[in-house]
Amino acid sequence: MYQTSYEGVLQDLIDQLVRLPAVGPKGAQRIAYHLLETDREDVEALAGALLAVKDRLTVCEVCFNTAEGALCRVCRDETRDPAVLCVVEEPKDVIAIERTREFTGRYHVLGGVLDPMRGIGPDQLHIRELFTRLADGTVQEVILATDPNTEGEATAAYLGRQMATIGVAVTRLASGLPMGGDLELADEVTLGRAFAGRRRIDA
Amino acid sequence: MRVSRLELTDFRNYEHLVVEFPAGTSVLLGPNGQGKTNIVEAVAYLATFSSHRVANDTALVRAGCDRAVIRSLVENDRTIGLDVQINPGRANRLQVNRAPVRRARDALGIVRAVMFAPEDLSLVKGDPAARRRFLDQLLVQTNPRYVSVMADYDKTIKQRNSLLRSAAKSHSSLERETLQSTLDVWNDRLVQFGADIVAGRLEVLDRIAGPTADSYALLAAARNDVKMTYVAARMPELRDDVGQRMREALVNVRSEELVRGVTLLGPHRDDVDLNLNGLPARGYASHGESWSLALALRLASYEVLRDEQSGEPILILDDVFAELDQQRRERLAQAAAGSHGQVLITAAVSGDVPEALSGVRFSVDSGAIVQG
Ligand SMILES: Nc1ncnc2c1ncn2[C@@H]1O[C@H](COP(=O)(O)OP(=O)(O)O)[C@@H](O)[C@H]1O
Ligand SMILES: [Mg+2]
Ligand SMILES: [Zn+2]
Repeated sequence: MYQTSYEGVLQDLIDQLVRLPAVGPKGAQRIAYHLLETDREDVEALAGALLAVKDRLTVCEVCFNTAEGALCRVCRDETRDPAVLCVVEEPKDVIAIERTREFTGRYHVLGGVLDPMRGIGPDQLHIRELFTRLADGTVQEVILATDPNTEGEATAAYLGRQMATIGVAVTRLASGLPMGGDLELADEVTLGRAFAGRRRIDA
Repeated sequence: MRVSRLELTDFRNYEHLVVEFPAGTSVLLGPNGQGKTNIVEAVAYLATFSSHRVANDTALVRAGCDRAVIRSLVENDRTIGLDVQINPGRANRLQVNRAPVRRARDALGIVRAVMFAPEDLSLVKGDPAARRRFLDQLLVQTNPRYVSVMADYDKTIKQRNSLLRSAAKSHSSLERETLQSTLDVWNDRLVQFGADIVAGRLEVLDRIAGPTADSYALLAAARNDVKMTYVAARMPELRDDVGQRMREALVNVRSEELVRGVTLLGPHRDDVDLNLNGLPARGYASHGESWSLALALRLASYEVLRDEQSGEPILILDDVFAELDQQRRERLAQAAAGSHGQVLITAAVSGDVPEALSGVRFSVDSGAIVQG
């Protein structure tokens, strides 16, 4: 009899890998065979890292960034300016912005964007929590740093409208970010410039 | 302007094909179903990054394959390599001189082309979609920034329709309130992109009005009254303030949209009313008149693109002569013979090609092409 699929455990591994973003069937196969040839020690280190992420990483109670403990690194840092709040889609956008060293305020992670096709409306995002944070008047400026694509722009417009009544300055990242693009993929210089040149939006 | 070399991989019926086109006119001959149209369709695709035959790129990819690749060399002032990898359902990958370009608009304009095809009769007799596609392909070629505007608009319509459908299903009033407030945001986008597209189409229509009437006169050998009017869905009396009118009209259709769960106005629902001597061409014009009008629209596009800088556009005549009577055939040949640029002609037999159009001959047979 000839073989039509991989050994059971190998096939299981490939099936799991294929479910990861940016990994296709070919890539999954390559990774799986690479792991077969890797020392047990290194594979254990990888497995340990995977589980540690799951076991120890939490979501920040304040801003919904990834955290180890109740608060994320930014929220724990007393030197960060509480008057400026940058609203982003995902935790990875926080990393991208931190890399620019242009921003010294705090963050709020929405957990996505308005995307009716995927059933995502305001209630599915951390928008109510955002407005709760704005209620005590500490925040003076909100920077809307959602991606410059259709959904990101719509989300920024929605938030801009909702904030029009509460007397906080609302700015949007300046152009220079490629339209239709992804914030996390922008290089540091471009993203840094976009921050420096942010503009007020009129709701 | 000339596509001097075309290389197809898994495009339509071609697993792999290389063809080199000489300057001037090339005539592709061969029995039906052999892949003549597929070759010129690939050339035209380079001009708009869309097909004249299908709205969805899936049909362009050879059955059983994941993607198609068109590679080309384009001679202008200098030679440019323009390559497209067609990935149905995902963004195309474009390369100019082997360097990736992120946005389609940066690769548009390298090739400009006008294609005449048997399907063109649907410009006059067919659904509004055919006329919208005609305007949009011309708009994109004259103003490449519209590729991204149209992509944004399509996305907005899809999102907005989803929202309308879920609004129709929502029961609690709180739910409905949230949906309404997000709908306002999508309305803004709809108006922003929609009004931009309508303005662009109006401008294109304005530019082709004169040339269309002139070309019709040439084809029909007599002056006729040709009128083209943009008809905006649910928006009578379109004026300059398109955006403002759209906002007002959206208020009027709101309850109906919530019931039906679709966006009822905007450029995706608009049409062009073609009028010949005071009567709507659709329904009134004879077969011959309809053909004259369709050809006149294409000739007018050619004139408009010719006005743009960098060289004559590529003229593609795909199997049209067999459809036409003697007079229209000769007049069209005459117009084509006036081109100083590249002309690509396909026909089943050489007898279908008017004498005025001589050129280098190729024969196409079961997915292979040979010169001579
Ligand atoms: N995606 C595709 N995969 C494989 N074959 C295709 C595909 N699309 C079209 N074809 C084939 O191409 C042929 C038609 O080619 P076409 O260029 O239209 O012919 P013609 O020479 O008459 O212009 C048909 O045989 C059709 O089956
Ligand atoms: Mg054909
Ligand atoms: Zn935090």
